[in-house]
Amino acid sequence: MTDQPVRIAQLSCGPEHSGVQKEIYDAAAAVNAEMFFPDVTLTDIRRSYDAFGLEARSGDLKLAIGRAMALVEGKVEADAVFIATCFRCAEAAIVRNELRHYIHEHSDLPVVSYSFTERTTSGTLLTRMEALTTIARRRALLAREEQKGTTMGVDSGSATTKAVIMRDNEIIGTGWLPTTEVLNSANGAIEAALKEAGLEMADIEAFGTTGYGRYLVGEKLGADLIQEELTVNSKGAVYLADRQHGEATVIDIGGMDNKAISVQDGIPGTFTMGGICAGASGRFLEMTAKRIGVDITELGPIAMKGISKTVPMNSYCIVFGTQSLVNALAEGSSREDVAAAACRSVAEQVFEQQLQEVDIKEPVIMVGGTSLIEGLVHEMGDLLQTEILVPHHSQYIGAVGSALLASGFIEEK
Amino acid sequence: MAKVFIFPATSLILSDMVERWGHEALGAATGIRERIQTASLDSPPLQMTPEDPKKGLKYAAVEVPCGVRGRMALYGPLIEEADAAIIINDADLSFGCMGCARTNELVMFMIRQRKGLPVLDIKYPETDDEGFAFVSQIKEFLAGLGGESDD
Repeated sequence: MTDQPVRIAQLSCGPEHSGVQKEIYDAAAAVNAEMFFPDVTLTDIRRSYDAFGLEARSGDLKLAIGRAMALVEGKVEADAVFIATCFRCAEAAIVRNELRHYIHEHSDLPVVSYSFTERTTSGTLLTRMEALTTIARRRALLAREEQKGTTMGVDSGSATTKAVIMRDNEIIGTGWLPTTEVLNSANGAIEAALKEAGLEMADIEAFGTTGYGRYLVGEKLGADLIQEELTVNSKGAVYLADRQHGEATVIDIGGMDNKAISVQDGIPGTFTMGGICAGASGRFLEMTAKRIGVDITELGPIAMKGISKTVPMNSYCIVFGTQSLVNALAEGSSREDVAAAACRSVAEQVFEQQLQEVDIKEPVIMVGGTSLIEGLVHEMGDLLQTEILVPHHSQYIGAVGSALLASGFIEEK
Repeated sequence: MAKVFIFPATSLILSDMVERWGHEALGAATGIRERIQTASLDSPPLQMTPEDPKKGLKYAAVEVPCGVRGRMALYGPLIEEADAAIIINDADLSFGCMGCARTNELVMFMIRQRKGLPVLDIKYPETDDEGFAFVSQIKEFLAGLGGESDD
């Protein structure tokens, strides 16, 4: 990378004493970013603390408030903000949440917040740091609203690999395969998409990759753009839902982790990525479908016929969730009610664990493979008290976002 | 000479007062001094690793935030080693400040749990008069612990 390092302001409490400061530095260095601590004086801290009005008792949280105000007031310049505090600290959670909200409301700095334990590694932080640097570094690229030429996007996800071919702002080919061997799955999905489009690889003018296997696939096949899924999915979601301007919230319940992204004009402002447990992911719904003897594509319609509240289920952990599921079936609950309860449980976990960390702005757009499970979309809408948008081709969101952004590279060639 | 745990543990003024009156101050600098892993003596403090919060499990359970446990890995042994302690409540930021209020609560509790440990527990002064009284109280407390003053 030849770009100037992106400067990320760190507002934190506890990372040094938890032994994870090095992990934060390493994650930032991996994406050509540098962490720095906004320089404030004791007087600034006293003044900011009073002006902000939140009576934190911890010195480091007071310092974080002072630094946040210095950033918002333009006394210190940064490209992005990383807020990190200890997991399980209630006082820090309040401050973290309010600071994220404050910076988001009063500046255009991208913010990500994270609660760490001593087991947090640079690998865990990498995608978040990459998204932060992308937003800071590639605003011009992310501003693209129209796909041009013939481009391809590949989303090498943890559960499935998707490929999309686009030409002049239209999807002309799609392909997907379960992810097994990363490169083979990608090649298979690409082949299917090319076949549907009636094209050959030589016809592709530019292409991008995203998802867990993005580096492997992108580097092997010579992608023009290798990009994490937070920014790519945001872009793909607002593009497909035709909500490229203004606010939106993107929810992607994936096979391995979930993403909740608060978007402004197609660019992520705040986001969370977890990481909670398999019980709050698409995997649990796959298991539910298998247990009640239906294909995953049938789970949504079945769930829509059931009443979720008749079956107690708390799938924070996939093992306990499955136990509840088995018990409910053994006690005579209908498979419709069990399917509905499973959808409710996943929606509740995501709502309680992740959606609290971003500002929910309407419209709420659900994307990814799980957005096709209508029972899940219904339960999420019920929890959020809003009608959720599921755009056409929502399961190809990452591939579409990649193909859209990749068209920016045609002009460079 | 007594080993005196100081709170706020980062207070250089308090550390200096304890040492001027012939004792050894146990505070943040003490812990750091023994753990230099940086290029220079005055490099930023606390080169801690993820192992430290695990050592802190001796003082706080696993559900306690890792930052508290990491700090306790540093301060817990000092409190155990101390012959006396001085606690300054509501100290101004410029006097020396601690980053984590939850750790502060646990540190105070540990000090109070040590039966028979001489403790001076006073408030940070806000006026000149309180300032004179503050220094006198500390001097008197330290003199009562034995040791030699350098003034």
